[in-house]
Parts: sequence; C-alpha cells; structure tokens
Amino acid sequence: MAGTGEGKKEEADYKRLHSFPLIRHTDMPEEMRVETMELCVTACEKYATNNESAAKMIKESMDKKFGSSWHVVIGEGFGFEVTHEVKNLLYMFFGGSLAVCVWKCSYHPDAGYTCVSAG
Amino acid sequence: MPVPNNNAAFARKGSNVQKVPGAKSTKAATKKKDEEEAVETGTGWEEWSQGKALVRPPDQMELTEAELKEENTRILTANNPHAPQNIVRYSFKERSYKPINIVDQMAVHFVLEGSLVHQDSEEARKLGVKEGLAQEIATVDATAESEEEKAETSVNPAVDGGDVEEAGDEDRPDSAASRINKKEPKVTNQFNFSDRASQTLNNPMRDRICQTEPPPRSSFSATANQWEIYDAYVQELQKQEKNKEKQKGTHSHKDNGKSKKVMPMETQSEDVTKWTMASKILERTISQNTFDDIAQDFKYFEDASDEFREQEGTLLPLWKFQYDKAKTLSVTALCWNNKYQDLFAVGLGSYDFSRQGCGMLLFYSLKNPAFPEYIYPTSSGVMCLDIHVQYFHLVAVGFYNGCVAVYSLKEEGREPVYKSTAKTGKHTDPVWQVHWQSDDMDSNHNFYSVSSDGRVVSWTLVKNELVFTDIIRLTLTGAVSEGPKGAQAPSIASGTSFDFHKQIDYMFLVGTEEGKIHKCSKTYSSQFLETYDAHSMAVDTVKWNYFHPKVFVSCSSDWTVKIWDHTINTPMFVFDLQAAVGDVAWSPYSSTVFAAVTTDGTVHVFDLNVNKYEAICQQLVVDKKKTKLTHVEFNPIHPVIIVGDDRGYVTSFKLSPNLRKKPKAKKGHELPKGPEVEVAKMEKLLSLLREPDQNSG
Repeated sequence: MAGTGEGKKEEADYKRLHSFPLIRHTDMPEEMRVETMELCVTACEKYATNNESAAKMIKESMDKKFGSSWHVVIGEGFGFEVTHEVKNLLYMFFGGSLAVCVWKCSYHPDAGYTCVSAG
Repeated sequence: MPVPNNNAAFARKGSNVQKVPGAKSTKAATKKKDEEEAVETGTGWEEWSQGKALVRPPDQMELTEAELKEENTRILTANNPHAPQNIVRYSFKERSYKPINIVDQMAVHFVLEGSLVHQDSEEARKLGVKEGLAQEIATVDATAESEEEKAETSVNPAVDGGDVEEAGDEDRPDSAASRINKKEPKVTNQFNFSDRASQTLNNPMRDRICQTEPPPRSSFSATANQWEIYDAYVQELQKQEKNKEKQKGTHSHKDNGKSKKVMPMETQSEDVTKWTMASKILERTISQNTFDDIAQDFKYFEDASDEFREQEGTLLPLWKFQYDKAKTLSVTALCWNNKYQDLFAVGLGSYDFSRQGCGMLLFYSLKNPAFPEYIYPTSSGVMCLDIHVQYFHLVAVGFYNGCVAVYSLKEEGREPVYKSTAKTGKHTDPVWQVHWQSDDMDSNHNFYSVSSDGRVVSWTLVKNELVFTDIIRLTLTGAVSEGPKGAQAPSIASGTSFDFHKQIDYMFLVGTEEGKIHKCSKTYSSQFLETYDAHSMAVDTVKWNYFHPKVFVSCSSDWTVKIWDHTINTPMFVFDLQAAVGDVAWSPYSSTVFAAVTTDGTVHVFDLNVNKYEAICQQLVVDKKKTKLTHVEFNPIHPVIIVGDDRGYVTSFKLSPNLRKKPKAKKGHELPKGPEVEVAKMEKLLSLLREPDQNSG
C-alpha cells in the first residue's frame, strides 16, 4: 500500500518536474529553434487531448512563418526516419510523455526549380 | 501761368465792359467793380441785353482800391497737394529706409464706369468676335467702314451729322443683318467622333530557365516512446542539478574573475604604450627564468676540462637568437654596442645575388633572446652596419642597393633618420662595409663606406641630410680620384672591406674583390700607400689589431686567413682553414687571439701566443651541410662571441678559459697588465718571424 502511495507521489513529482520542453535534437539556428519550441509548447498545451489538432496547428503556423512544407508528428510512442532540409529539424519532448518532431521537406520533383519568363 | 479769366470772356460776349482783363474772376472785388461801373454807365440797350441788376452777396468783402489793383496770380501745377511728401520705403539693398521722391500725383475725384459700348468701336467688335457673331470678312468690312465714318464725323461739324448718321444707319442694319443671316457660326457636333488605331510590333516572348541546386537535406531517425522520454528527462534533471551545484561553488570566484578580466580589457584599448615598460620587464623576467641555466653558465661556468688539456679550448653555446620574420635572410653584419654590452645589432640580407629582397636590422639583448629589442625592416638587404662608439644610438647601415642610411634608436618609427639617395651620391653597387669616424672639425658625425663600385665615400650628417665626399676610387692599376676627361676610364677595382687604423687617423686598408689589399690615406686620394697581393679571391674582411699598431688580419673565400705587418709586403702568418672564411675578428682582450668562421660551420679560435700553426679551438657549431657561418664578433667585455649564419640565426658562445689565457705569471712577479704587454707579446712573435727573413735577406 505504502509502495503504491509512494509511486503515486513519485508520479506526481515526475509530472511536475518533467513538464518542461526538452529539445532532444535540432539543427535549427537559435532564433528559429526558440520560436519553434515555443510554438510546440503552445500547441500541445492548447490541444492537450488532441494531438492531431496540435500537430495541425504547428504545421500551419510553421508553413506561414518559414514557408512550406512542414511536417509534424506528435505522439507518445512512434519511430521515424525522415529526410529533411538541413537546419530545419526539431525533435523534442514535452510534458513528460509527448514527443514532437517537426521538420521541413519540400518533397517536390521541381524543388529548387525556378522559372523566369522575360517579356 | 495766368489762366484765362472766365468772367472776362463772359464780359466780352455779353457786354462792352472790358475794364479788368486779367483780373481774377473769383475775386468778389472785381465783380463788384464791374457791377458798379455797369450801373453808372448803364444805357438802355445794355440794360436790356443784360436784363438783370447785379446782385451783390451780402457778405462780400469791402476792399480798398489798392487791394483791388493788386494782382493775384494763381498757379496751377500738376502736383497733387494732397500727395504725401514723406513716404519712406525700406531698401533691402542698402538696409535702410529711403525716402521715395516719386509720388503718384494723380487725384481722382470722380469715376463712373460706363456700361455702353459704341457699336463701331474696337471694343464692340472684339465683343462681337467673342460671342461668335462676327465673321472674318464682315468684320474687316465693318471696321473699314466704321473707321471711314469716324473720320467723317470728326471732320464734319454737326450739320452733316444727320446725313452721315443716315448713311451709317443704312449700312449698319445691312451689315448686321447679313452677319446674322449668312454667316451663322457653325456649331461643332459634340457626338461625332472618329477613332484611329494602329498595331505596333509585339516583342517576341522568350523563356529563360535555370536550375538551382536543391536545398541540402539530411536524414534523421529516432524512436520516441515513454521510457526514452523518461530517461531523457531524468538525465536532463541530473545535469541541471550538477550545474546548479557548480554555479554555487564558483559563484563567489566568478565575480572576482569578472572584475579582473574587465579591467585590462578596458585599459588596453586606452593606451598600450603605458604598459610597454611593465610588459618589457615582465618579458625579461620570464626569459630570465626560462633561460636561467644559460644565464648561470654565462656568468659562472668555466670548462673544468681545460685544466687537463694542454692548449685547446672549447666554446660553450649560450643563447640562440632568432626572429621569425628574418628566417629566410642570412646574417650579413654583427656589431656590439659599446655602451650596453648586452646589446648587439644584426644586419640581415642575402649574399645570394639571385635572391635579393628585403632586409632587416635587428637589435638583440643577451637579456632577452626570445625577441629583438628593436626591429627595422628595410626594403633592400642590409649588407653591413656599424654602431657609433660614442653616440651609441646611431647606427650606420649599408644596403645591397648601394644606399647607406643612419638609424637612430632614439627616434620613433622604423624609418632611418638619414638616407642617401641617387642624387646624393649613393653607391651603384652593394655597400660592403661602413665605419663611423670621429666627428669632424664642425663636430658633425661622419662615417665611411666602401662598395664594389670602387668608391670609398665619406658621409657627413649635416642637419637633415647626408653629404658625401668621394675619398678614393679604386682601380686595378692604381687609385685615381678624378680621371681626366676624355681619358679612358680605368677599370674599377671593387672594394669589399676596409678598416681604419686604430691610432693613425688617416691610414686605412681596403680589401678588394680581386684579392688585393690597399693601404690608403684619406689625404692622398690619387694613389695607394701600399698594395698587398693578399688573396686569390675576394678579401672578405680586413682588420687592424686592437693593440699592435702594425698588425692586421685578412681573410678570404680562398680558405685562408693571413696576418700582416703593414710595413712588410708579405704575410706574417698564413692559416688554411679548409673552407671559405666568412669573417675574422681580433679579440678585444688579447693581441694574439682572433676568431674566424668558415662556411662549413666551424668556428676557429687562434691564439698565436699559444700556437702559431694551428687553431687552439676548432668547433663545429651548426649543421655542416646546411648552414654557413657568415660573421663573428667578440663582445667588448665578456668572454663571449656571437656567430651569425646564413639562416638568420645568431648564436652566442662562451670562450673557455684556455681561449683567453693570460701568460703565466712568474713566481714572485706581479703580472704586468695593459696594452703595452699585449703589444710586446705580439712584437715578440713578429720579431721571431722577421729575423729569419732578415737573415736570409
């Protein structure tokens, strides 16, 4: 009985202590990293129960701020291997149980293809 | 101007009374008189014609006869009496108020604008045109007519007026009617348009396409699950705790450190010169600590093994001097400072004809072998230098490009204080040696230089320029100061070295590239006092002995060092060193000791008093194959020599006791000292050599 009580207390402690955002991996520049991290925190707090909405919000905001095309994965357990444009990846933990991966990859055959018409 | 009298005119017309022509009608007095006379002389028909009695106004003035006769003139002028006289206006040009003389004199009493316009007048015609009623031709006609009419009316009095008017009337309605009927103005149709359009050439369209590199990508993979997340958080928390502990521990220290760090940063930016002295002392202290063992050796070490050797001595390497920027240059000159015995100058340049470039003048102190005390980069290679004996801040330098210059250590900056130019008689070939002389009669500093262009030149420092005097021109046949014009120029002998006699002021020796040594005098520029056929190659150095007035030494690339008595044409001693000799130097402490350096990296020290045939010390001091020794110089006080090589290094050596051995004192005798002893020592040696000569001769 005592064990479970302790366990509960520990769990609460853990929840309290582990609520801060923890960046696991990123290659973004400082400014962008901070902004993205704050955005993720906001989104996850806003849609605490709906990861899909949170991901949608993050993706749309990132698309607006840094151009398309951003991809966001939020979940408690998943594995991934992604190809991303360098300096455009953020993988962080938040709230003790959530993992958020945000990256940019404009996967388009014409990516980097510019057409200029001169009259 | 008298004005015609109205009354008078009236009287002429109406009556025969013509009493007062010219009198003023306005004057009541005249009127009155008229009336009186009229009454007096009044006749029937006059009364009839006048029909009225003169009525006198009740308030008329009574005037005496005289007053009546008085002539009052009234003058009408064009001036307006009411016009102001004192108008001033500010003049910006003169910046003051100026009275204005010209005032508008016109006074308008009554104005009435008329609204009627004469039909035939110009104005009316214009109005008509404006209203669009008039047509061109008609107007021309009408105007012509109206002008004619005008002319007629003005000429004819009122009698013809009616007639003319009739004619005018006849005409006018006619013309007016014709105008209105026939020439009605054409009103444009405002709704009638016509469009015009044209097609211009359309520029052909072109497509430009280019492909840019796609933005760089990379892959990333990870697995997110609860235990990983948990581990990451725990790890992070542990790290944070550790950091906190560290910060607490170092907090107090950090504050101190910060304030300390900031201080020098600020002051550094202010003024570095404040710190130079302190930093120099610190540098010296550090180098003293670093090279402590060498300093100890320099002061106290005496090679104990010398006691067990018969004659040979050794050289103990001390400090090595090297400057990074002078690595590619070779040492071309060395000179100790007479006043500060730890200070010496190093000239850096190149002896290689094909590798000439910039040079450098460095000053090292034995107290700080790590870095030069003074650095003077030069555009041409330094070939020789000399520090003034009394004014030890003055350094004369000869360059490969033929210039000579004087640097002053007192001056800031890296430029020489004096420099010869092409105008001021610079040498046309490398300057091989410079030598300060004692001040001349005007107490100007002066020095001599010798160059392979065959000139020996005296340079005098006058105010801010170098004044040159050619002392001698070296030729193969003999010295000629000024060749006669037109005569064939004698072939030039190239001077490579010279030295001035220590006691006899005018005498000096010049070594040449041809291997000859000439004894010259400053006063006889036309010929040599003596010529010694000394070497088979260029004479690298020629030097008088410090003690004995007759003895000098010479060395050459032909492997030999020769000792001469200047009174005798043949060398007293000849030493073959088995390699080209770069430099030779007499010791300042003994008349019989000298050192020579050779290109195979060996230093040879001779003491003739000990061994007349061989060096008492032959020591390889540098890498034999790679490095050539170029110069050697004795310290004036300490038993130390410095040796320069062709890789820019200067090495100092301590002479072991055997190399500076004094003659053994006989028991009970006090050891005599002084230059006389040294002279005697040398003389003894020379006499030994002379005697067989004399015997044979």
